[in-house]
Amino acid sequence: MSEQPASYDLENPSEPNFYKAQKGLKSWLFTVDHKRLGVMYLASVILFFFVAGFLAIALRTELLTPAQDFVSASTYNQLFTLHGAIMTFLFIIPATPGALGNFLLPLMLGAKDVAFPRLNLLSFWIYSAAAVMLLCTLVLGGLDTGWTFYTPYSTSTGTAAGLAALGVFVAGFSSILTGLNFVVTVHRMRAPGQTWDRMPLFVWAIYATAVIQILATPVLAITVLLVFIERFLGIGIFDPAMGGDPVLFQHFFWFYSHPAVYIMILPGFGIISEILTVHSRKHVFGYKAIALSSVAIAIISFLVWGHHLFVSGQSELVGVIFSFLTFAVAVPTAIKVFSWVATLYGGSIVYNTPMWYGLMFLWTFTIGGVTGLYLSTISVDVHLHDTYFVVAHFHYVMMGGLVIAFIGGVFHWWPKITGRFYHEASGKLGALLVFIGFNVTFGTQFFLGHQGMPRRYFAYLPEYTTMHQISTVGSYILASGLLIAGFSLAMAFRKSAPKAGSNPWGAVSLEWKTSSPPIEHNFHDTPHVTGSPYDFPEIDKSGRTH
Amino acid sequence: MILNLLLLGPDPALLGTPPMSESPFSLLPAASTNAQEIDDVYIFITALCVISFVILMGAQIYFMLKYKKPKAGHRKTSPLTHSGKLEFWWSFIPAILLLILFGWGETLYMKMMSPPDDAISIRVTGQKWFWTVEYPDTAGAILTDELIVPVGIPVRLTLTSNDVIHSFFIPVFRLKKDAVPGRYTNMWFEATTPGVYPIFCAEYCGDQHSSMIGKVHVVPREEYQAKLDEAARLVQDEGESMVDFGKRVWDRGGCASCHSLDGTTKTGPSLKGKYGTNETLVDGSTIAIDDNYIRESILEPNAKVVQGFTPQMPSFAGRFDDKAIAGLIEFIKSNK
Repeated sequence: MSEQPASYDLENPSEPNFYKAQKGLKSWLFTVDHKRLGVMYLASVILFFFVAGFLAIALRTELLTPAQDFVSASTYNQLFTLHGAIMTFLFIIPATPGALGNFLLPLMLGAKDVAFPRLNLLSFWIYSAAAVMLLCTLVLGGLDTGWTFYTPYSTSTGTAAGLAALGVFVAGFSSILTGLNFVVTVHRMRAPGQTWDRMPLFVWAIYATAVIQILATPVLAITVLLVFIERFLGIGIFDPAMGGDPVLFQHFFWFYSHPAVYIMILPGFGIISEILTVHSRKHVFGYKAIALSSVAIAIISFLVWGHHLFVSGQSELVGVIFSFLTFAVAVPTAIKVFSWVATLYGGSIVYNTPMWYGLMFLWTFTIGGVTGLYLSTISVDVHLHDTYFVVAHFHYVMMGGLVIAFIGGVFHWWPKITGRFYHEASGKLGALLVFIGFNVTFGTQFFLGHQGMPRRYFAYLPEYTTMHQISTVGSYILASGLLIAGFSLAMAFRKSAPKAGSNPWGAVSLEWKTSSPPIEHNFHDTPHVTGSPYDFPEIDKSGRTH
Repeated sequence: MILNLLLLGPDPALLGTPPMSESPFSLLPAASTNAQEIDDVYIFITALCVISFVILMGAQIYFMLKYKKPKAGHRKTSPLTHSGKLEFWWSFIPAILLLILFGWGETLYMKMMSPPDDAISIRVTGQKWFWTVEYPDTAGAILTDELIVPVGIPVRLTLTSNDVIHSFFIPVFRLKKDAVPGRYTNMWFEATTPGVYPIFCAEYCGDQHSSMIGKVHVVPREEYQAKLDEAARLVQDEGESMVDFGKRVWDRGGCASCHSLDGTTKTGPSLKGKYGTNETLVDGSTIAIDDNYIRESILEPNAKVVQGFTPQMPSFAGRFDDKAIAGLIEFIKSNK
């Protein structure tokens, strides 16, 4: 809850909104406005999502039949590599912090901008440069290493793995700078009265994410730089022929890439906390537990990378320790899900598109979470490792977790970003198709994996045909759902689209206390925070005092 | 039926896919002593997951229906913000369940990782894109993409790789282990059910990763040595034509993992109708495909590489004797 001088008319602001405040291409390319940068990130990540999604549809199409027929072996290998690399490095990692985080963080804190606006611009440029480098690999020999760049394959393949490694190296700096900026912003730029326990949970999630970005990304940078040096100078650090150790690469890589999973999913948790509360008119259940479990997850996430190496030949003792630590992550994660479901209790639930995604998330993410138990149980993992079970599991976590939350978040904040409403009916139809398509595509893959179907195969034994076909049909449904969701969002650009007003959802957090779209400096008067961001007027305060 | 579906997935036979007669994949047989125990843990986790999922989603769906917004306006909502007791129990109970899972998984893992002293030793080497299986105790027993093991005797595999990382995966034993260049890794099992089952490469290793599929033959204990000797024998039988012998050499060498006989291009050139034709090499010169060229290509494969291909083939010098090479040449010749 917050108060602001009532004199300023948010619905008809005297100042132009941030789109109109400055004009011309240059005003966008050299902008230091966090909202413009957020919008540019949003456009970029959506573009890359559709590019990588298209690659996924192509490879699912190849898998319709057991034999290799639609694309060649090397094309298939490049398809899954680029699908993974683009989704990970150009979409999932930057999506929520870069797009929604940039746009919303200062607004939620009641600040005029992030702490270092120029650094923010630099971060976007670096991201663009990395994107160009990764996309250049498409025409410069392709990339067929898998997004994980395992050595010695990646140091010996003839494709453009060097350029790709450099692209990932560069993308890492964008991530580090964004993280740094956000940490300082959260510490220094909160509005008067906004204590740590009055911050929206989205801010907590972005904060925890930023900390991981700063601490883990340098390790990835060093690792891919070593791959690059190895390829061009042959120093032999990962090359067994020269006394190096290829498994060392996996330790380095997963030391970053496992925390990176939480870089991807934590912001999604934040989005869900906002969506579920606003559209059920309820205070979030267990604010402290949700906020602190994000921090707990951030810390433990640094200690579980070894579960990616369960079958690599690492010592049994190390494997068992990593198995234990992996189980430890499950507890704070479970607490979050329980708290979200409990948030619905006693609410007044509005069924609109963002809420559909929010509720869908609880379903898909829970499946993603519980199937993690199979993989952390080390003796069962030995069988499931590197099969479609793992593919299904991480898609349920990444797509069923982050992507669903991200789409829900885009719908939720679309009125704030564009000033207008998306198209509700097509939004819901899209959500329904995404839900069905997603579960058909990836639910099937758990069974495929348990029956032994290995990952990254373009051809397979005929026993697996039916399940592969079901999965492929699911992916087509999923793709059509996503296109319809895009259509629903695009409908907001019509001249006749209904105007959203400053606070269409009746939310309490600060981003709704300014015009839609916001004015250039966010707030006409500095807001003062006097209470919780989840203190909705519908909450019954007559009875118990909680 | 429903339980089977949940625990083990749909039965391909019911879905209309014919199960391979030799390897009944349908319910993924458990063909080793540990496999059944691993399935027990799997089933326990599944039960746990299904129960928690039903409780959680049941609560969610109940709330979704019960607390739907009224047609006009909003109802007053609950002021509940937290509950120490509830939060303690829903942290404590999962933590205990997870500890049980961890303990069970760990104990079984230790058993899976400790081979008995009396295990038969077999060496497996991965390379792009086939497995070489060597039996130290049987002369000449070097097989390609074929693992022969007895029922009821523990077997210990020592794995390594000649190029990139591969992973030796036998689904029916619920086992896999990476084959890493420059080091040795181990796995062991005791097979229980005779049959022929697939071996997959589970770590991405390049172009033909998908066709790096071998077979494990689980044979009764008393037939084991005879089967192995039979498989190890690489001499022309009496009454066997040279072409038929060559076909056996072809299979044994795993030649088909890179060279097709039907004209499709794999990692290496197809050998359909190649004998007697001319081929352009990477340096631009041409060469006639004759007996000498084929022999050289088997013993020193990277000396004259055909245009459009890369030097990937390992040498078979020492593996095949002159008689076997002659048979192989005749077999290639016969493949018009």
